Amino acid sequence: MAILQVQDLVKHFPVHGGFLGRVISKVHAVNGVSFFIEAGEILGVVGESGCGKSTLGKSVIRLLKPTSGSILYQGQELSTLDHQAMMPYRKKMQIVFQDPYSSLNPRMTVHAAIAEGVRFHGVVPDTEIDDYVQRLIVKVGLQADAGNKFPHEFSGGQRQRIGIARALALKPDFIVADEPVSALDVSIQAQILNLLMELKEEFNLTILFISHDLKVIEHFCDRVLVMYLGYVVEELPCHRLHEAALHPYTRALLGANPVNDPDDRRPLAVLEGSVPSPFDLPPGCPFASRCSERRDECTIRMPPLLSRGKQHRIACYAIDPITR
Amino acid sequence: MQKPQEGLILEVRNLTTSFKTDDGIVTAIDDVSFDVYAGETLGIVGESGCGKTVTSKSIMRLLPAHLSFLGAKSQILFGGLDLARISESKMRKIRGNRIAMIFQEPMTALNPVFTVGWQLDEALKYHTDLGRKARRKRSMEMLRLVEIPNAEQRVNEYPHQLSGGMRQRVMIAIALCCEPDILIADEPTTALDVTIQAQILRLMEGLKEKLSTAILLITHDLGVVAQVCDRVMVMYAGRVIESASVREIFHDPRHPYTKALLGSIPKSGGRSEDRRLPTIEGVVPNLRNLPAGCRFEKRCSLSDKEVCQREEPPLVTIDGRRSVRCHYPIQPHQPEEA
Repeated sequence: MAILQVQDLVKHFPVHGGFLGRVISKVHAVNGVSFFIEAGEILGVVGESGCGKSTLGKSVIRLLKPTSGSILYQGQELSTLDHQAMMPYRKKMQIVFQDPYSSLNPRMTVHAAIAEGVRFHGVVPDTEIDDYVQRLIVKVGLQADAGNKFPHEFSGGQRQRIGIARALALKPDFIVADEPVSALDVSIQAQILNLLMELKEEFNLTILFISHDLKVIEHFCDRVLVMYLGYVVEELPCHRLHEAALHPYTRALLGANPVNDPDDRRPLAVLEGSVPSPFDLPPGCPFASRCSERRDECTIRMPPLLSRGKQHRIACYAIDPITR
Repeated sequence: MQKPQEGLILEVRNLTTSFKTDDGIVTAIDDVSFDVYAGETLGIVGESGCGKTVTSKSIMRLLPAHLSFLGAKSQILFGGLDLARISESKMRKIRGNRIAMIFQEPMTALNPVFTVGWQLDEALKYHTDLGRKARRKRSMEMLRLVEIPNAEQRVNEYPHQLSGGMRQRVMIAIALCCEPDILIADEPTTALDVTIQAQILRLMEGLKEKLSTAILLITHDLGVVAQVCDRVMVMYAGRVIESASVREIFHDPRHPYTKALLGSIPKSGGRSEDRRLPTIEGVVPNLRNLPAGCRFEKRCSLSDKEVCQREEPPLVTIDGRRSVRCHYPIQPHQPEEA
């Protein structure tokens, strides 16, 4: 059963301007995104900067209030909950950020930073907090004495371990990992990905994994949503990414990803055209301006995301759906 | 894609760069030597803090003179001169002219208060005898060469009006306008999206062929290296630990670090059942407190814990043109768990 079911999620940011500071425009960050995640699944979200993937991640756990749409989490509608009613879900849904340095309070020791949420949500009795936090510190692979240190005393990879411990401390069911390894060197990236996978298995977590790096997504996730300017343009299982991906944008992403093999040099696929502004999205498919498969209807209305076989959905007029 | 032996244009010998810090002298790169040949792309790869950027800035003499110094044996031989020893005024004739550089973040490298055209013109004014009209013509040519659409309009725009990819194209246009012998590209595509990265890499490849400029590509992205480099130098904690052709590095690495680094990248279509990646445990040693032996010893699965801890291996040449710094280099084509 799906632990999370998102339907037509929209998030627009108003842009203020002029003498009176009125709303003069809107940034269309997420434009009607629908998807589900099964319990224990890792769903990847991939796309380039500005495609709305982080906004999606933050909206799903209500760090941002969606403009419209529905977020069903374990059967409960979250999009309309007020602050108080949302509280139990804040504990169950956690987030790990890209840059743990800017998301950790520089004046709090690691122990205090991890204990803060534990105390607030009453995860364990107060007398057991110290032990609990200490166990977590060791669990995520930090030195036993790390608790007394401050964030600046750690390297990037260690800080990400602190960020993970902090999220994990509340015993969540669901974690949004927003570019958790993008700021790390490859050898450290591998350590953190392995740690996340271990913890995912041990605590049976469900993860929404956001990344711009298709190689990392392909390695780590079960399924992937490919986003472009606020729309999901394709959704498919990661193990079939190369053979089954059909959307021209997904193909372009795959083609632009440099392969680690000097004997497999390809003329890196190059997209022509420019990216439209998210302030002023043209009607139709946002990818149309760069697409080699463009047809007349593409510039009139956005193609719907239609099923094309098991676990595969695609929004493109150039691709015929085989099943509805 | 083997490069001709002739055409050696840059010889870096025993380059050692140290910084004066509050806690004493820190040597960021130690005894780095390499050659650059005309028309080739040499990749310098390694993780943060390995010294790849310090290497490039030392060659360009862009490090603050009051905080850094080169070792006594350091030589940077270029066009009959030793760049480590010439005066700043002589260096100015070379920098941006014969050796040009592009940076990771074009927004901070471009001047925000001048137009693209002004910034292109500045380089031409300084390094050429061209008149105003001829410089304008050359600027436009360069913008077209780097495939900037509407060059007539773009030339009058400011950096903030351009996208990241366009800014990097402008940087490349400025760098190449005097037709340098060497282009140093320090993480030129790291801040860009992959589809834009592909455009910039393709552009650099094309320009290299057209202008026969050698490229010194500094990157942490091994995928980019595999796609565009001819030769590769791998650095670790301020040392060159392996240097070979791109094929040799990827298919037949001899240093355990090179091999482990390649292993830790997720591979397309090759994930293991349990989705675990081979890792390099531990962290890079602190440059202030380097071990007596091999700098990779603590993280190395092949270390013998004795010789490796006691003395640092020298960089030795093997099979003629490649070199490796290891007491126990991986034997060729022998399956080995690194």
